[in-house]
Amino acid sequence: MSYLEYNVKWTPTGFSKIFYLNWALILLLVAVAGIGFLMLYSVAGGDITRWAEPQMKRFGLGMVLMFVVAMVPIWFWRNMAALAYLGSLGLLLAVAFFGDVGMGAQRWIDLGFLRLQPSELTKITLIMVLAAYYDWLDVNKVSRPLWVLIPVAIILVPTALVIAQPDLGTAILLMAGGAVVMWLAGVNILYFLAVGGLGAGAVAAVFLSRGTSWQLLKDYQYRRIDTFLDPASDPLGAGYHITQSKIALGSGGWTGRGFMEGTQSRLNFLPEKHTDFIFTTLAEEFGFVGAGSLLALYIGVIVVCVISGMRNQDRFGALLTFGIAATFFFFFAVNMSMVMGLAPVVGVPLPLVSYGGSAMVVLLVGFGLVQSAHVHRARSK
Amino acid sequence: MKRAPADTEKSARIITRRGLLLGAAQLGFAGVLAARMRYMQLDQADAYRMLADQNRINIRLLPPARGLIFDRKGVLLAGNEQTYRIVMVREDAGDPEAVLARLGELIWLDPEESARALEEMKRRSPFVPVTIADRVSWEDVAEVAVNAPALPGVFPEVGLNRYYPLGSDFAHVVGYVGPVSDYDLARIEDPDPLLQIPRFQIGKTGVEARREADLRGSAGTSRVEVNAVGRVMRELSREEGIPGSNLQLTVNHVLQNFCEARVAGESAAVVVMDPRNGDILALASSPSFDPNKFVRGISSKDYSALLEDPYRPLPNKASQGIYPPGSTFKMVTALAALEDGLIGLDDTFTCRGFVEVASRRFHCWSRGGHGRVDLVRSLRESCDVYYYELSQLVGIERIAAMARRLGLGVQHDLPLSSVAKGVVPTKSWKLETGKGEWVIGDTLNATIGQGYVLASPLQLAVMTARIATGAAISPRLVRAVDGVEQPVRGLAPLDIDPANLAAVREGMYQVVNGTRGTAGSSRIVAEGLRMAGKTGTSQVRNITAAERARGVTSNDDLPWDRRDHALFVGYAPHDAPEVAVSVVVEHGGGGSTAAAPIARDVLLAAHYDGVPPLSAYPASQRGTIRTRLENLELRDPQTPSEGRSRA
Repeated sequence: MSYLEYNVKWTPTGFSKIFYLNWALILLLVAVAGIGFLMLYSVAGGDITRWAEPQMKRFGLGMVLMFVVAMVPIWFWRNMAALAYLGSLGLLLAVAFFGDVGMGAQRWIDLGFLRLQPSELTKITLIMVLAAYYDWLDVNKVSRPLWVLIPVAIILVPTALVIAQPDLGTAILLMAGGAVVMWLAGVNILYFLAVGGLGAGAVAAVFLSRGTSWQLLKDYQYRRIDTFLDPASDPLGAGYHITQSKIALGSGGWTGRGFMEGTQSRLNFLPEKHTDFIFTTLAEEFGFVGAGSLLALYIGVIVVCVISGMRNQDRFGALLTFGIAATFFFFFAVNMSMVMGLAPVVGVPLPLVSYGGSAMVVLLVGFGLVQSAHVHRARSK
Repeated sequence: MKRAPADTEKSARIITRRGLLLGAAQLGFAGVLAARMRYMQLDQADAYRMLADQNRINIRLLPPARGLIFDRKGVLLAGNEQTYRIVMVREDAGDPEAVLARLGELIWLDPEESARALEEMKRRSPFVPVTIADRVSWEDVAEVAVNAPALPGVFPEVGLNRYYPLGSDFAHVVGYVGPVSDYDLARIEDPDPLLQIPRFQIGKTGVEARREADLRGSAGTSRVEVNAVGRVMRELSREEGIPGSNLQLTVNHVLQNFCEARVAGESAAVVVMDPRNGDILALASSPSFDPNKFVRGISSKDYSALLEDPYRPLPNKASQGIYPPGSTFKMVTALAALEDGLIGLDDTFTCRGFVEVASRRFHCWSRGGHGRVDLVRSLRESCDVYYYELSQLVGIERIAAMARRLGLGVQHDLPLSSVAKGVVPTKSWKLETGKGEWVIGDTLNATIGQGYVLASPLQLAVMTARIATGAAISPRLVRAVDGVEQPVRGLAPLDIDPANLAAVREGMYQVVNGTRGTAGSSRIVAEGLRMAGKTGTSQVRNITAAERARGVTSNDDLPWDRRDHALFVGYAPHDAPEVAVSVVVEHGGGGSTAAAPIARDVLLAAHYDGVPPLSAYPASQRGTIRTRLENLELRDPQTPSEGRSRA
């Protein structure tokens, strides 16, 4: 693809780009983050300085970055994709050797002003490099085994590094995000069916081997699975989190207990109430109405991105838009499934709502790429 | 790289199609999430709401105030006093060790207790108050309050504790309370949740234990909101408990105190009853102990001193001590024979000092013999031979039946820790207990209250009251519960010929007032107050032939624990009984010298409700009696609850 192709059609330039930003997406993101600020204020017991204020500052920084990224032409980012991917791999290796240990896992590099979490960054750079790869690859070669193995390797290298941290949640998100880009690029469905079949076989083997001499997992890992399948089996131990989370969520009812009135979070029954389990506080205090509204906003983000991706004739831009939207989807889908007892507790934050710096900034940078693709797509006169 | 337009279009088509499919899948999963949300928040909302409330609401029990116990005059025997303890809250104290050291300069702290408290504070949540000093004085509480700014996290707390203002006087009747032990919990079926409260006290002995159900009351509740680590955030509602019932006993604290003082220094028991209704006026067991020590937690030194005392202070001798009744049993034999018409009132036997039965000699206490003896004389002079002869006519079964009718060998229903049944032997009893065939010698021994016969002072008092009134009265200890009078039991006639009873009463009158009565030196001279009674001296050993040959028959030659028990039963006035009494002095020697004077003093004290006037005593004895009465260590009647005014 050449620069000429873009020139055939029209793309906005200069400050006029601002008018061509995807303003619907921006409004949705601000609304979601606004709900986040409100909940962080509530779980801190009415203290704005504890979590809400730092979160607002990071959101401001993220929005500025989003605009900057959006203003830069999308082909620049395509050319940077391989470099960004290699850079994030380097950072992952760096945390493996020099990273700070926190919460039992090695995830951060402390830069002084920001604790950088390279695994978050990798979620975006992996999408970028895969999109660039398929942008470059002849569309007829997409399903050929050799050309399938290359992106698989691209996905598995950072995934392996993340699993070693260990951070299972992020690893699953990386694989899912990568697989989505491969699927969109047109890789034959049989590959996915084969991998799915292997995965199902592995799960079956894990369960069938339990208690035998060749059992595949450690006992504590089996117990964790048990707890997921039946949290009541260990209500004060590992099942405590999920049981309390479900109680908070369910007790919300239609309209909830009222702002700052949630007993489960106010009385500290909820674990990690400002990070992974923040959705339960929203559901407890604002009920089905509040939780449903957030879900609707999330769906809105996905819909806006899908529309933008479908209207984008540029392969790189479209794959990037779909890929980042899918990553965003996996974030909230896994988080909500987890707190509602549909998935095991794996430690995935609620995007743009949970308290946490790098995830939010990185996600907004990703949406900056989506915006860049949106602004710089070829438009008919 | 240049790409054919067809490829670009094909690629765009694939991306669009698969993108749309992906978007649809995402929407579908979002639908699943929404459905799950709907299910949990709308369909299951009530169940989860209930779980959330169970999470946050704790129900705490509020211990009720224990019922009070009064004597028949309304004087407090067992009450609740406010006690103070000092507690520390770790999170408020900051540095518990430093604060504790500062506190130690102000008030005395047990170093062992302090170390335990520090250890407990580290172990428990930082907001839980930990006791660092219990039962501190009001002065210490004031000291802590004044210095509160220098003692962060240190607070005085108020609790209710049982106390017994009359100290040792009612230790055996009222008993005492103590903390709930594992043994108590194991013993009680369906335990009251109150028992789980730390420091909760339940009755351990006496009325406190037997009337626990009345005295305990029922728990109040406080619903509090707690957070995940159990810290109380606020109280949601509170319902006060129902205090226990107040009991009024039939005992008279003045008489009880007099009895305890009168037998102080002896190992003895005194039971005083109103024969008209069965009210127990006093029930003394000596030596006694201070029940307050048990409530506060008795030291092992004090406890082992009580256990090792040869006079056995802990058991209630009046109700659970059983003794051979000796000659006080003779009324039973006499009434059994008279009721069956085996002898007439004027029939006589000749006493030569012994009888020979089954080639064994049974001696009368009077070696020389009494000569011709009729019923009245047999009682007055306590002739054993008369009864040896009588018993051979009557037989043990009829004697036993009469004994039971008079209240011996049966367990009286009193709310005391242990009420002995005693022993009234029969032929079948002897066989069943593996003691072999009944022989005639057993009958002869039983007839004078020796051998297998055993009775408690309480039973002897009941027997005396029944003889004195001719009614089948039963003892009563609880007069009223929360002001509601309890019924008097057993005023039905005994169904004994009044003429026979009158003859036995005449004999008992002569014991004290007759010319050669065994208790002649204990007579009362106040008109209208003359007493009737019977002495008893029961052997606790067999006099061996060798001893008899050596002439060792005097009690004074024997060690204390082998001397005879001294007994006396009596009532006064003899013609209109108001008070019945039984006295047992363990190893006291002769009933006439050791027990009868006590019984006289007690009967008079009951009549005069205090120390009797000397005019009631024979003029010749007044000098020694004055000294005796003046030396009694009586409680000052004006201040029965000394030093407890703030309680």
